[in-house]
Amino acid sequence: MNTANDLLTIRNLTTSFRIKDTYHAAVDDVSLSLNKNEVLAIVGESGCGKSTLATTVVGLHNEVNTKVSGDIFYNNQNLAKLNEQQFNNLRGNDIGFIFQDPLSALNPLMRISEQIEEGLIYHTKFTKQQRSERVLELLNHVGIANPKRVARQFPHQLSGGMRQRVMIAIALSCKPAILIADEPTTALDVTIQAQILDLLKTLQTETEAGIILITHDLGVVAEMADRVVVMYAGEVVEEAPVKELFNNPKHPYTRSLLNSIPQTHSENERLEVIQGMVPSLINLPREGCRFSGRIPWIDASSHETKPQLHEIAPGHFVRCTCWKHFHFEGEEGGGTV
Amino acid sequence: MSFMQIKDLSVHYPIRGGFFNTIVDHVYAVDGVTMEFEKGKTYGLVGESGSGKSTTGKAIIGLEKITSGQIFYEGENVTNQQRKRDSAYNRDIQMIFQDSHSSMNPRKRVLDILAEPIRNFMKLSDQEERKRIKELLAIVGMSEDVLLKYPHEFSGGQKQRLGIARAVACNPKMIIADEPVSALDLSVQAQVLNFMKDIQNEYGLTYLFISHDLGVVKHMCDHISIMYKGRFVETGTRHDIYKNPQHIYTNRLLSAIPNIEPETRNERKIIRQKVEENYQQEQHKYYDEHGKVYPLNSISDTHMVAMSGGM
Repeated sequence: MNTANDLLTIRNLTTSFRIKDTYHAAVDDVSLSLNKNEVLAIVGESGCGKSTLATTVVGLHNEVNTKVSGDIFYNNQNLAKLNEQQFNNLRGNDIGFIFQDPLSALNPLMRISEQIEEGLIYHTKFTKQQRSERVLELLNHVGIANPKRVARQFPHQLSGGMRQRVMIAIALSCKPAILIADEPTTALDVTIQAQILDLLKTLQTETEAGIILITHDLGVVAEMADRVVVMYAGEVVEEAPVKELFNNPKHPYTRSLLNSIPQTHSENERLEVIQGMVPSLINLPREGCRFSGRIPWIDASSHETKPQLHEIAPGHFVRCTCWKHFHFEGEEGGGTV
Repeated sequence: MSFMQIKDLSVHYPIRGGFFNTIVDHVYAVDGVTMEFEKGKTYGLVGESGSGKSTTGKAIIGLEKITSGQIFYEGENVTNQQRKRDSAYNRDIQMIFQDSHSSMNPRKRVLDILAEPIRNFMKLSDQEERKRIKELLAIVGMSEDVLLKYPHEFSGGQKQRLGIARAVACNPKMIIADEPVSALDLSVQAQVLNFMKDIQNEYGLTYLFISHDLGVVKHMCDHISIMYKGRFVETGTRHDIYKNPQHIYTNRLLSAIPNIEPETRNERKIIRQKVEENYQQEQHKYYDEHGKVYPLNSISDTHMVAMSGGM
């Protein structure tokens, strides 16, 4: 069950997809918690399971092809055990979801006002008058200059940044306690991205909601997050407060990722490359350190046989022991122990 | 000495409307762009979506009809239809696309995809062609057993490398890279960027690197142009743009880049808001009454900024 500060607690969550006749875990034994008034970032490359984790929390997977095990505690309910009806009471009301691509997430045939109202009709007892007031208030809140006009428009009439603002307005309409943002700014220009991120941050401080921010952009993480979870091949490989993660990254995967950002390099220097590829779901090595295949120059004995998360500093967890011996290829051996 | 010049390039799209579907107005997608390219350098073209950066690239290679302006390639005017299908220009200027998947025919094998430019421009026998294709695969670091595979069998990074292999097949002088790494993951992006630099050093290629990612552009480009509404607002060396930005739009773009230092994020937010406020207030100094960018003025040998005369 939830402890005092936790808003959402995920325990040993495994989500498996059926491919042919076997189930393959895309999210494998993930445990994490989200506190009140906190931005928790989940980072990883495509295929690491970060979006699957988010969609599992709100129950968007069909039961025929997906198996979910483990627990998700929210407000003394176990979300992993809910049926569709119970989920409907929760989605939009307690948990808001912002999708990556607002154009395909919005209904092209509905006016903006109707789309924002939808959640209100379902979850509140507002009268029609109250609802339309709330719609304008929300649009105003997310920084749309002319809410009355925008409310009557259709999604295709708005720019990408405006659409994303509308998405945020929809997600916020019932004042959810948890906001899940799945790559909210990936499709946007940098200037718009900065505006949207600032907006999310402001709204979060006002409503004291907990935000789960899913992204692959480490820059966005550094701007927004309080705590960071790094995922690789379905597992959490490192978890730390944001400053700790950027100043003192431990897991080889985190260090390699940080090292491949152009920003961290002086001009014309070669970028660090992670050898090999993210293994596909079917070919995923399920035993031993999953990252070992991409750092073959590290001695096999430095990996654990069953890698666990170890707390190496308060709030800083690292999977496997290979980080102690990790060095980049070509560098002299021996990490800092 | 530059081997290619672009003078006052414009691409306007007509907007049709009214009773007889007549042309009522134009979209000024590219509006008077002038560039010069030197051998072995990388030129960056940066802007937000809709600024006309991709259209500029497409117009240069001939995928977009040029409304006015000229392109000179080694002293020759090669604008629009004035060249033959197999002219040197068509061979020497190649392009890499953002979405490598949709730029390849899904029903062709790697062998045929890579052979296409070779068959178009080089008269090689079957054996020589095969040899060249194997060379190309070696250049992009892929083994020969991919020859009979189809595009969908590759990952994003591999496909992008095949796209590069196809572009370098006929030893081009210049490659126009339209957002080559935007769709890729960080580690794969690093792979492709490194690789682009390697072949540049080896073959003395010139790149026109079109991107909205200022971090990548800073890493790759010697010379950078910032575009807004079809015009350049600022052009200069990497140092000019990043260390000494003059135009308010450049400032705004630079302040919006997320930085990976969480310690200073609050200060950066304050700076960002100041720049944004400034941008709203002082717009009239930087754009004329129609919202257009002023013509470029030189402020040093390499650095040009679009400002009105009085500034």
